[in-house]
Amino acid sequence: MKQVNYIKMEFPARSANEGFARAAAAAFAVQLDPTMEQLGDIKTAVSEAVTNAIVHAYPDTAGPVQLRLRILEGDVLELTVRDRGRGIPDVKKAMEPMYTTGGEERSGMGFTIMGSFMDGLKVRSVVGRGTTVTMKKRIRTKAGT
Amino acid sequence: MKVLSSYEDGRLTLYFRGELDHHEAAAALRKISRTVDDYLPRECVVDMEGLSFMDSSGIALLLKICRLMAEVGGRAWVENARNQPLKVLDASGIDRMIQVV
Repeated sequence: MKQVNYIKMEFPARSANEGFARAAAAAFAVQLDPTMEQLGDIKTAVSEAVTNAIVHAYPDTAGPVQLRLRILEGDVLELTVRDRGRGIPDVKKAMEPMYTTGGEERSGMGFTIMGSFMDGLKVRSVVGRGTTVTMKKRIRTKAGT
Repeated sequence: MKVLSSYEDGRLTLYFRGELDHHEAAAALRKISRTVDDYLPRECVVDMEGLSFMDSSGIALLLKICRLMAEVGGRAWVENARNQPLKVLDASGIDRMIQVV
C-alpha cells in the first residue's frame, strides 16, 4: 500500500516516555478523523508496545526505542515499535494471554490487547538483536465511510 | 495519575484519576498497599470515573489489589469505568477475577 504520510521518532527506554509516545501517536492519527474509540485503541496499542520495549527489551539500560507511524492508502494507520534490545526467545509463547516474564507488575496481557484493539499485529524478534512490533488499523471515518 | 481514598464502615474506596500506565503503576501500588494496611478494609471499591486512560498495567494493578484484599479477608470490585479502560478490562477477561460494575 502506498504511503501517504509518516512520522518517525526515537527515545530512550524510560517509562516517563510512555505517555509521550501514545500522545504523539494519537496526535498524528487525528488527521484520519478517527472516532474517540479508535483513538483510544491506538493509544492503548502504542502504550503496550512501548512498555514491552522498556520492560523486556532493556531491563537494565535505557536503550533506543523507535516509534514509526505511517498513513497508507485506504485510511490505514500502521504503527511500528522497534528496539535493539535482548529479543524474545519464543514469540509464540510471549503472545499467549497471561504469559509474562515481567514479574507481578505485569499482567501478560499486552500482546492480547494489541491484537484485540488493532486489525493486524506482527512480531519479529531475534535474540540479542531486538524486536519489531508492527500493527495496522483501518480508520473508518466518523461518518461511517 | 493520582489515587485518592476514603474509608467508611469497613469500605475503602480508591478513586483513580488521570492516566494509568507502567510508569504510574508502581507508585500507585505502593500507596494502595499502605492504605489497605492502614485500614484493613472488608471491601475495596476501585472507582475509575476519573481515569481517562489505562493499559494492561492497570490489569496487573487490579489483580494485585484483589490479592491484597484476599490477604485481609476482604473483596474488591471496580465501578464507573469509562469507555477506554472498560474496553481494556473486557479484552483482558479480568471480570472473571474481579467484578466490574
